[in-house]
Amino acid sequence: MRVVVDLNRCLGYAQCVFLAPTVFELHGEEALMYDPNPDDATRLKVLRAAAACPVQAILVERLGDKEGSATS
Amino acid sequence: MNASTKEKVADLVATFKSTGRIVIVGASLAGLRAAEALRKEGFTGKLTIIGDEPEEPYDRPPLSKQVLKGWVPADHTKLPRARQVDAEWRLGVAATGLDRVNKQVRLANGEQVPFDRLLIATGTRAREWPNKKEAALEGVFTIRTSNDAARLQKALAAKPSRVLVIGAGFVGSEVASVCRELGLPVTVVERASAPLVGALGGVIGAIAAEMQRDHGVDLRTGIGVKSLEGDGKGHVRRARLSDDSVVECDVVLKSLGSIRNTEWLQGAGIAAGFWGVGCDAGCRAFDINGVVTDSIFVVGDIARFPYVLYEYQFLVLEHWDNAVLGAQVAAHNMVSLEADRWPHLPLPGFWSGQFGVNIKSVGVCSFGNEIVFTQGSVKERRFAAAYGRRGRIVAAVTFNHAKWLEHYGAQIERSAPFPPPPAGYDRPPELKPVPAEFPDPHVTTSLPTVILTGHDPTERGAEFQARVH
Repeated sequence: MRVVVDLNRCLGYAQCVFLAPTVFELHGEEALMYDPNPDDATRLKVLRAAAACPVQAILVERLGDKEGSATS
Repeated sequence: MNASTKEKVADLVATFKSTGRIVIVGASLAGLRAAEALRKEGFTGKLTIIGDEPEEPYDRPPLSKQVLKGWVPADHTKLPRARQVDAEWRLGVAATGLDRVNKQVRLANGEQVPFDRLLIATGTRAREWPNKKEAALEGVFTIRTSNDAARLQKALAAKPSRVLVIGAGFVGSEVASVCRELGLPVTVVERASAPLVGALGGVIGAIAAEMQRDHGVDLRTGIGVKSLEGDGKGHVRRARLSDDSVVECDVVLKSLGSIRNTEWLQGAGIAAGFWGVGCDAGCRAFDINGVVTDSIFVVGDIARFPYVLYEYQFLVLEHWDNAVLGAQVAAHNMVSLEADRWPHLPLPGFWSGQFGVNIKSVGVCSFGNEIVFTQGSVKERRFAAAYGRRGRIVAAVTFNHAKWLEHYGAQIERSAPFPPPPAGYDRPPELKPVPAEFPDPHVTTSLPTVILTGHDPTERGAEFQARVH
């Protein structure tokens, strides 16, 4: 599963850290660090974290799309 | 416009959207988000994305943090897709030329890819160490691509006796921070007076320097690296500094800033060079004479555009959200007529996590010449500071104080007075602006590469001149 957090938008409310602690963590008081490719087993937790983010900074891929891996 | 002309124009736009050919050169954050935005705009024609790296688009900021720390593998930062882009991906092959007259992009394998509209999103690369022999030593790294990060992570995991970081910009400082978290001895050598001086000025730089030293970094400023020396097996073992001191180390990270990937546009008649690619605030590229083009657009780290808030000066914003927001504007304008075009007017912003502190900024700090601490405590490394120029607020920086950034962003957007009125919370005892201590911008860093020729208006124009190295 692919995840990206817009860290310009992120203000360190840390809701995601409570909801998916294996995927999101704080480095110090407010710098967010996260796993951009967490195990699919955490999917529900990650989706909850994305929904709960007060500034909606978390983007989770929802496509089953494998394009882009093709090379010339 | 009469009704029938209007109809014809609308037909043309519809036809372009369904049968046009758009080529995006650059398959990173800006290129991918532009492709998605084009589809969202209703473009159903042929879309080709060209990228020199073999990987599909991935996110770079985690490379110098989560990846180096060993938490996330380097190939695990691929960007989530916001929507299907249904494009032809040409990855692992660089664009090497642009033929504006015939509207074709030339690839490294000799192929020509035709386009009706082109988006340039080739970004930047890491600046190389000038001595090629020294740069080729085993144990000398750079960090820009996921491959770079994978190699450096492996070297750090092998517990080197000391890491030398050359250059204390954001990337160098973040890597030094990770080294300390991993318990590795690290020396940081920076030519300027302190870390982060170019982006944030000397006052904040001094705080960043303290942070590094408090975390056990051997930080040496106002000094350069003269040479790198290897052992008999070609592995780097020490660096000689400009004060003739020697640092014993077996991993070296060169973080010397970035070079804009514009070489492939040489001779294409576009305003491209070491400064990036000149364009208007609607992402339309300028030709070499500074006249706007209609079919070539530019976005991301290399786009140099006039910025309303900063006296219409041409700025390059090497920031994550500049790529994301610029991609949406460029895509929209590529399929819209003049009256519907959008301007790209982001409030610039960036972040950096280092030494347990979240550093964030809005506005363009280096546009200011004064700084004032407005909230929090420098000693606790939890504060906000505003940058001013001619009595107006132009930027702000926060250390572990991000929730207040919006407050300053709103003031910057309306050019509020500087020093700003005290915030309603967490005020320091006094608000006293001091010089922000940015390096002198008049120091020459590059030679001109464009000359003017011709006298008659019909033949007057600019010409590209390759620099002699």
